[in-house]
Amino acid sequence: MARAQQQWTEHKFEQWLGKLLRGGVLLSAGIVAVGGVLYLMRHGMELPSYQVFRGEPSAFRVLPEIIETGLTLQRRRSLIQIGLLVLVATPILRVAFSGYMFAKQGDRTYVIITFIVLTILLYSLFQA
Amino acid sequence: MNILEFTLVVGTVSSLAGFLGALTGLGGGTVLVPILTLMFGIDIRYAIGASLISVIATSSGAAAAYVKEGFTNIRVGMFLEVATTVGALIGAFLATKLPTSLIAIVFGIVLLISSYLSSRSHLDKPIDRVPDPMATRLRLNGSYPTPEGQQTYFVQHVPIGFSFMLLAGTLSSLLGIGSGAVKVLAMDQAMRLPFKVSTTTSNFMIGVTAAAGAGVYLNRGYIDPGLAMPVMLGVLLGSVLGARTLVHTNPKVLRKVFSVIILLLAIQMIVNGITGRI
Repeated sequence: MARAQQQWTEHKFEQWLGKLLRGGVLLSAGIVAVGGVLYLMRHGMELPSYQVFRGEPSAFRVLPEIIETGLTLQRRRSLIQIGLLVLVATPILRVAFSGYMFAKQGDRTYVIITFIVLTILLYSLFQA
Repeated sequence: MNILEFTLVVGTVSSLAGFLGALTGLGGGTVLVPILTLMFGIDIRYAIGASLISVIATSSGAAAAYVKEGFTNIRVGMFLEVATTVGALIGAFLATKLPTSLIAIVFGIVLLISSYLSSRSHLDKPIDRVPDPMATRLRLNGSYPTPEGQQTYFVQHVPIGFSFMLLAGTLSSLLGIGSGAVKVLAMDQAMRLPFKVSTTTSNFMIGVTAAAGAGVYLNRGYIDPGLAMPVMLGVLLGSVLGARTLVHTNPKVLRKVFSVIILLLAIQMIVNGITGRI
């Protein structure tokens, strides 16, 4: 009975998380689309150059710079990067919420496992 | 071709890839990198960055639908994500060290193997009745809905599954793909999870794995906003349409056609890698 109860709450929680994931993807796609239109309005007639790898400038690469140049619209492509950051953050948020669910169930092993996954994800995003 | 035309063409091709990927269940990410590099001459590092972004979008978008059916095993997913995210960091590190021609060859080989894996038929093996001590301690065993009611299953061979997931994570970020086929192989074959539980749990993990790789790539300047924008929006639109259409069609023939396309792209990638054109 206790097991069934636990599975039921887990299931409800997961459904809610699914909605959160969808919301994150939609928000991200919206920001990327707006940034994309603004970018095309300014640079649409120029020539693309992706044949040679140069690596992105810091305005599209370093988190604080992305957010600063994006929100002020100094660099329109930074707004696209902000949208992509929302997308990358969505699964990370999901992992965090799963950790919360395990904590509420008193499942210490899985709180630790979730914490490890979360640490790796945050390290990869904030390493620079 | 100016940037506006380039964006429209890449967006259209990406939505087609996403549509076919969702319809056939083979994933759109697998064909994106070859198309972007072979057709558009884009450097494979930009292509991998953009493709990995689209993988997060499609897997997060689809996860909601899967969870509803009650097949996903969250503990198995979370436990194995330790392996896939560590693998993703390794893969992203390798990507910065390996020559692009070698990455192209590895891509072609992985493409061949995964199309072979997903072309095999899936008969659910009889469920192991004996619980594995390690799986029990990690509370990995679960149950899933069948026409005969809830069916309990016992997870087996945890270390082998974990090692496979390390590989799946590495390939995912090295190549910018979801590597769902390897993930399913690990859960379905090694850990003896029921096939439906394997596929849905795999999908649950793909977004998290790709996010780990994408974080590194963003910091390393692999993710170009001008390219990632049409790729992400295109694949997302295509996969949503594909998932809707899936209900009304029998994708058997389409799967065969798509498999042939994958086969040809795989060979092209290997040849171009060997001759050093990528």
